[in-house]
This record gives sequence, C-alpha cells and structure tokens, in this order.
Amino acid sequence: MFTALFRIIKYGLQGFKRNSWLSITTIIVMTLALLVFIGLIIFSVLTNKVIGSLKEKIDISVYFNIDTPEDNILAIKRSLESLAEVKSVDYISRDKALEIFKANHQNDQTISEAISILDANPLSASLNIKAGDPKDYQVIAAYLNNDNFKNDISQVSYNQNQVVIDRLTKIIDTVQKSGLALMVILSLVAVLVTLNAIMLAIHSTRDEIGIMRLVGASNMFIRGPYIVQGVLYGVIAAILSIIVIAPAIYFTSPYMEMIMPEINMWPYFLTNLLSLIGYQIGFGILLGTTSSIIAVRKYLKV
Amino acid sequence: MISFQNVSKVYNNKSVALEEINLDIKQNEFVSIVGKNGAGKSTLIKLLIGEEKPSKGRLFFGSYEVNKLKMGELPAYRRQIGIVFQDFRLLPTKTAYENIAFALELDGKSQSEIDEFVPQILDMVGLSEHAFNFPHELSGGEKQRVAIARALIHRPVLLVADEPTGNLDPLNSAEIIKLLSKINELGTTVMLVTHNKEIVNNLHKRVVSMDNGRIIRDEEDGRYILA
Repeated sequence: MFTALFRIIKYGLQGFKRNSWLSITTIIVMTLALLVFIGLIIFSVLTNKVIGSLKEKIDISVYFNIDTPEDNILAIKRSLESLAEVKSVDYISRDKALEIFKANHQNDQTISEAISILDANPLSASLNIKAGDPKDYQVIAAYLNNDNFKNDISQVSYNQNQVVIDRLTKIIDTVQKSGLALMVILSLVAVLVTLNAIMLAIHSTRDEIGIMRLVGASNMFIRGPYIVQGVLYGVIAAILSIIVIAPAIYFTSPYMEMIMPEINMWPYFLTNLLSLIGYQIGFGILLGTTSSIIAVRKYLKV
Repeated sequence: MISFQNVSKVYNNKSVALEEINLDIKQNEFVSIVGKNGAGKSTLIKLLIGEEKPSKGRLFFGSYEVNKLKMGELPAYRRQIGIVFQDFRLLPTKTAYENIAFALELDGKSQSEIDEFVPQILDMVGLSEHAFNFPHELSGGEKQRVAIARALIHRPVLLVADEPTGNLDPLNSAEIIKLLSKINELGTTVMLVTHNKEIVNNLHKRVVSMDNGRIIRDEEDGRYILA
C-alpha cells in the first residue's frame, strides 16, 4: 500500500519534471485563472466594505415639536424599536442637540454669541433611525406618517431625502447583483480555461495511458500520478498568483484610497495574507485535481 | 490453458472479424498464428487480452472466463500475460530500466526485488548498456527487446507477441525470434502472430493459419501456407 502510494507520488513528480514544458504552460494558465479568483475575492470584500459604509451613511431623522413631552418621544422610540426593519434608534434630546450644536460651532463667534443671547433652547428633540436594509426606509417612513404621531412630529427627514435614498438603494442593489453575476461568470471562465489546459496536457499523453492499461496497470495507479501533478500545478500556481498580485495591490492601493477612503487594499491584503494564500492553494488543488480526474477518465476505457 | 469456444466477433453488426473460432492452446506450447491482413489475427489477440469483448462464444484463460471480466478486473488479469506489440508501445517518458521496472511495480514488488531482477533481464536481452536510455534513443530492435523484457519480467504464464518483427530488419527479427524460443524453452507459453513466412518455416512448431475470420489450418510442425 505504502509502496504503491510512494510510486504514484514518484511518477507524478517524474512526469512533472520530464514534461517540463507542458507543466510550465499549464501552470501559467492556472496562475492566470487563480489571479481571477483572488481578484474576485478582493473585489467582493472591497465592494462589501464600500456598500457597508454607504449604508451606514443613510439614516432618517424624526424631529419633534418643541413642546412634545419626552415620554411621548420615548414611547415612539420603543414602538420603532419593535419594528423588524429597524436596526437602531438613537434619541437626541433637546439639551443634547444644543450641546452638539454648540460643539459644532465652537469656533464660530457669531453663532456662539447668538446662542448665548437666547433664553430658551431653540432646537427640537429628534430620533435617529437606522434600518438593517436601505430598502426598508420607505416602510419606516410610512409608519411614521401614522396619524397617532401626527401631533408630536414636526418633520421626517426621509420626505426630503427620499430621492437620494432611493437612488442610493438602487445603486447598492445593482452593484451587489452585477458583482455576483460577474463573479459567477469569471469563475466559470477560470475553471473552464484550467480544465481545458489540463485536458490538453493529458491528451498528449493518452498513448501512455493506453499502454499502461494494456500492461495491466490499475486505474488508480494510472490516475494517481496525474492527480499528484494536478496538486503540484495548483500549489505552484497559487503561490505564483500571490507573488504576482502583491506588487499590483501595493502600487494601486494609494490611488484607490484617494478615490474611496474606505478602501485600503494593501493593509487588507497584508492582514489576510495567510487566509488568501490558503484560499488560493485550496482553489488551485481543487481545480488541478478535479481537472486531472475528468481528463484521465476519458482515456482509461481500454 | 487457453480455450476459444465458438468465439465470434462482429463489429457494428456487419463487419465480421472472427467467425466460430475453436482453438485450444496447451501450457508450454509455442503457437504461431499466421494469415493475411484482416484475417482476424489481431482481433484474436485483442479478445484474449480483454481489449475487446467477443460478440458470441466463450473464452477461457486458466481459471479466468475472459469474456466475463469487468473493467476493474482487467488489470489483474492482464498481469498474468506478457504482451509484445509490433509498435513496441514503450512508455516514452521512462528509461528502458524504468519501463521494465514498471511491470514489477504494478505487481507490487519491492524496490530490492526490482533492483535484483531488472538488471538480470536486461542482461538476458543484451541491453545492459542501454538501461538508462529513453526509448527514442534506442533502435527498433533494442526497443523490441526492452518490450520483451517488460513482458517477461513478472514471469507471466503466457507471452503474446503481436507481429513483434513487423518493424524490424531480418537480422533483428531473427534475434527476437531466437529470444522467444529461448523463453518458451524456459517454460513460458508463447503465442506469436506474424506474417513472416521464413520465421514460421524455420521454427518447426505448431502453426494456426487464418483467413477471413476463420481457422483454415492447424498443424503441429506446420508451415506457412495460405489459401
């Protein structure tokens, strides 16, 4: 058993070395395929980040009439929190609003003076509402238009920002959907290209497979070395893909950061380097071995 | 040891390759199978090594009923037989030594046994000096001797040689046949498929003549006579 395994590995390495040109071209093709993979991984992580920060920026605020008692506001807050669509509700009291306002305009002499002249706090209390999904703001806004709240609420910000929020929601949705489609298509292309390359490599040794069958080699003994080679292709291509993409990320990262500050590719790449290498090697081995198995199958029927 | 019983082989329901073949070969025999191209000689061999299945009839080899063997059982069965082809069929990316060792590895032999037997058989076929050459570095005669060594190394009970001299000059052909006779004397059954008249007539062994998928003559100490 062990001798057989040892021989399979030995023949795998031998075939890899003795068909070196074929091995090199196959590895190059696989490296390109794996570059597509790692590109897709990074792309999806980054778009998720951008989308997340966009979502974070969307919220709606409810402003209450100055004379609305705090109890009423808190009751509305509780009823909002009981909605499934609502992720969080922040209560900003009139005093807190004033505090924030003062802090924001600390350096502005005229405004600070104007405020200090006033006897009463001119600001109204508000609730700041965030939804789990941007699509739900419409539902929340509709809920706030309820007659029960009419006497307390002075305005809901959604009504003014509706167009912007709706458009942003649509953009997020489109980016997510088309990103998914892009990923599916590109990974399919990568898989097919690799499969094709390995099938060609094995096709060129089909006579050998036939000879081995005729002198009495079992299928496992014939297939084994090709699987070993598939693993080798995968591991080497995975490492190459990391080596190729690292400088590319390093040099483009600052430019991306200028366009979208949320995106910091290089730090992301570095902190996740180990798992990225793991993904790549995993993909590579999976791709290499399954392609080998599929390709050899065809020639084993002698 | 080998028994063809009413074996027929028809390709695509119309092209008849073998018709009602009845043939018995005893242990330790040397049988030449002769005939024109298309007489059915190669089909006979293909059925014997399980490369094709008979359309009708039964085929026995020792305790095996060959026509009933499944895909997964073929490798072990084929290791009972040594096969030599006209076009050598050596593994191109392996050296002469490795090609021969391959047959032993399939049998699960240990490395020490391989290192003991392979040089012996290389010596027997006179190729000790070419042990580490690849097939493309060898002449036709040398390649065929490697193929014979590979076919014999695991001590099969039967050696099948399908036109082993077809690609060789007369001198090399004579060498190969001499080798086959020696192997037969050492106790291996040999089936030789050929259309080399001279070889057959010099052997003075059993000759089975075929034509149009049928056996037309079967003689001890036979001669190459067709039609």
